[in-house]
Amino acid sequence: MRPLQLSSFTLTTCLGRGREATLGALQRRASGLARRAFETAALDTCLGEVEGVDEVRLPPALAAWDCRNNRLAELGLAQDGFADAVRAAAARCSAARVGVFLGTSTSGILQTELAYRRRDGASGALPADFDYARTHNTYSVTGYVRARLALAGPAWTVSTACSSSGKVFGAAARMIDAGLIDAAVVGGVDSLCLTTLYGFNSLELLAREPCRPWDRARSGLSIGEAAAFALLEPLPAAPAPGAVALLGVGESSDAHHMSAPHPEGLGARLAMQAALGAAALRPADIGYINLHGTATPSNDAAEDRAVTEVFGTRTPCSSTKGATGHTLGAAGAVEAAIAALALRHGFIPAGVNTVEPDPALRADYVLEGREAPLKHVLSNSFGFGGTNCSLVLGRA
Amino acid sequence: MSALAAAIEGLALLGPGLPDWASAHAVLSGAQPYVHAPTAVPVPGLLPPNERRRSGLAVKIALAVGAAALAQTARDASRIDTVFASSSADGDTCHAICEQLAGSERLISPTRFHNSVHNAPSGYWSIATRCMAPSTSLCAYDASFGAGLIEACALLHARGAPVLLVAYDAPYPEPLLAKRPVRDAFGVALLLAPQAGAGARARLELTLAEGAPDTLADAGLEALRRAVPTARSLPLLRLLARGASAAAVIEYLGGPHLAVRVAPCA
Repeated sequence: MRPLQLSSFTLTTCLGRGREATLGALQRRASGLARRAFETAALDTCLGEVEGVDEVRLPPALAAWDCRNNRLAELGLAQDGFADAVRAAAARCSAARVGVFLGTSTSGILQTELAYRRRDGASGALPADFDYARTHNTYSVTGYVRARLALAGPAWTVSTACSSSGKVFGAAARMIDAGLIDAAVVGGVDSLCLTTLYGFNSLELLAREPCRPWDRARSGLSIGEAAAFALLEPLPAAPAPGAVALLGVGESSDAHHMSAPHPEGLGARLAMQAALGAAALRPADIGYINLHGTATPSNDAAEDRAVTEVFGTRTPCSSTKGATGHTLGAAGAVEAAIAALALRHGFIPAGVNTVEPDPALRADYVLEGREAPLKHVLSNSFGFGGTNCSLVLGRA
Repeated sequence: MSALAAAIEGLALLGPGLPDWASAHAVLSGAQPYVHAPTAVPVPGLLPPNERRRSGLAVKIALAVGAAALAQTARDASRIDTVFASSSADGDTCHAICEQLAGSERLISPTRFHNSVHNAPSGYWSIATRCMAPSTSLCAYDASFGAGLIEACALLHARGAPVLLVAYDAPYPEPLLAKRPVRDAFGVALLLAPQAGAGARARLELTLAEGAPDTLADAGLEALRRAVPTARSLPLLRLLARGASAAAVIEYLGGPHLAVRVAPCA
């Protein structure tokens, strides 16, 4: 594929707001996971909650979009000059030539969960102030961001569970390549809600302690929330110093099970190979792999098998979900942003919380972060329904 | 503005009073009047019996129209990229989860949880057809059909291989139905190919466009087009039913919309 520049990017997770806070947290091996209450959830687990989401206020003209997910989107857009960079791009090429493609798994469903507690006693009706279209609907976050940035190009939400905001990079690349747009806002926003907390609990996939990807004692995932965005444009002939490019996207399906990965990691392998092929790179060209690494026993085992079959056992890998939690539909964009930080600042982030890597897993799992002059990084995102997406990013 | 081109090899529809493409063809070409009737969703033959029982309405509609479009061609389902587009995830599943979460027990069934994801039809489809090719699942609220059509054509352009587009709506029950009054289940599937070969029915060209979207003269069909996001496809399906070279504007985001041009294959 033709490389695209990340003209601007940003991420807000439980590690902090924006690139600098995230970089500092990753470099000092911090984790944002903590045992805390969310809403009325009574579950024995740790969460990656973003501080201050409840205090965010949307602009008055967009008040009808108010819900936790759009507040988190608003908070994310305000970091690192991202919204200004998008406005400048729209001024260059017209708002109608900038697309918006965002990933989410549950959008603003928390609003509906809360509304179901306020149903009319006689009729069962939901309260009059509940706005389904602008909060709960899967498109809500994309509609909000498109309105907030005054964009007028094509837009949609990709909702493929935990690969959603990896796959938006592919959608944007195709749209730019087809000549329908000149630039795209991509990203992912997913926020804490009861559906995912109680849903993963029903599958017995929640860890009690902060999640420990690749650890021999790993026992499940920790749920987080995040907003991450990138502005994609064709790579200029003379990229700016430190520029990061999207070089390849690979997508595949497991065709195996709705909520369990292919045990041999076959779908994951196809996605990684397709991403390498799109970037015209060999496995040896990749200096670091940001794993999907959810810390469930079967996910990490399947991904390890896939990674080692494609790359062998010597490519440094880590999962940053011990730091951020699993941000579900936002994970692809969060980890693409972390990959971009790793490339720009020349470091491999440590897999935090992991004490003793599982001896049954063979990938080179990085426990201590280190400096490394990275040129190319691969990031994996996989999800329910057997959906897989791998991204290759590189120094432009 | 660049145009994206595709050849339509397969076409299936399932909607209220429109049980299949043959009856839709008669209505859309003007040979038969439109009479509304509840959508009759068939049992999905692709799924094994236990999966049939556990899958929701969204999965049933999506698999029914996807399989019907594919059956019109000699293509191997296990090798075809797919784009699923819907204005929401499965309505009944979402309602059941929200009811349980509003109660004191909050016991969600694991199957119900994995069926609640927007990409559940894509997952069941890939399992049923043993297809490991890329698949995406989109939502753009009322503009979901347009989003799916653009993405399907862009994917075809990028990969030069056939793409199956499956657009569908599975309505919510009350009380969400009152807030989102999509009352009819609807599904449309298009099998698109890069070249107009022997099996092609029509050529399609797509561009982004400003201007007013086409409406339908029949009041019942126009009401359906406006009420059900997937039925925004009806002006395109009418062109295909009439079988002449013609153009239409499909309602997408209110700006841009989609200009489609259709030409029959000899």
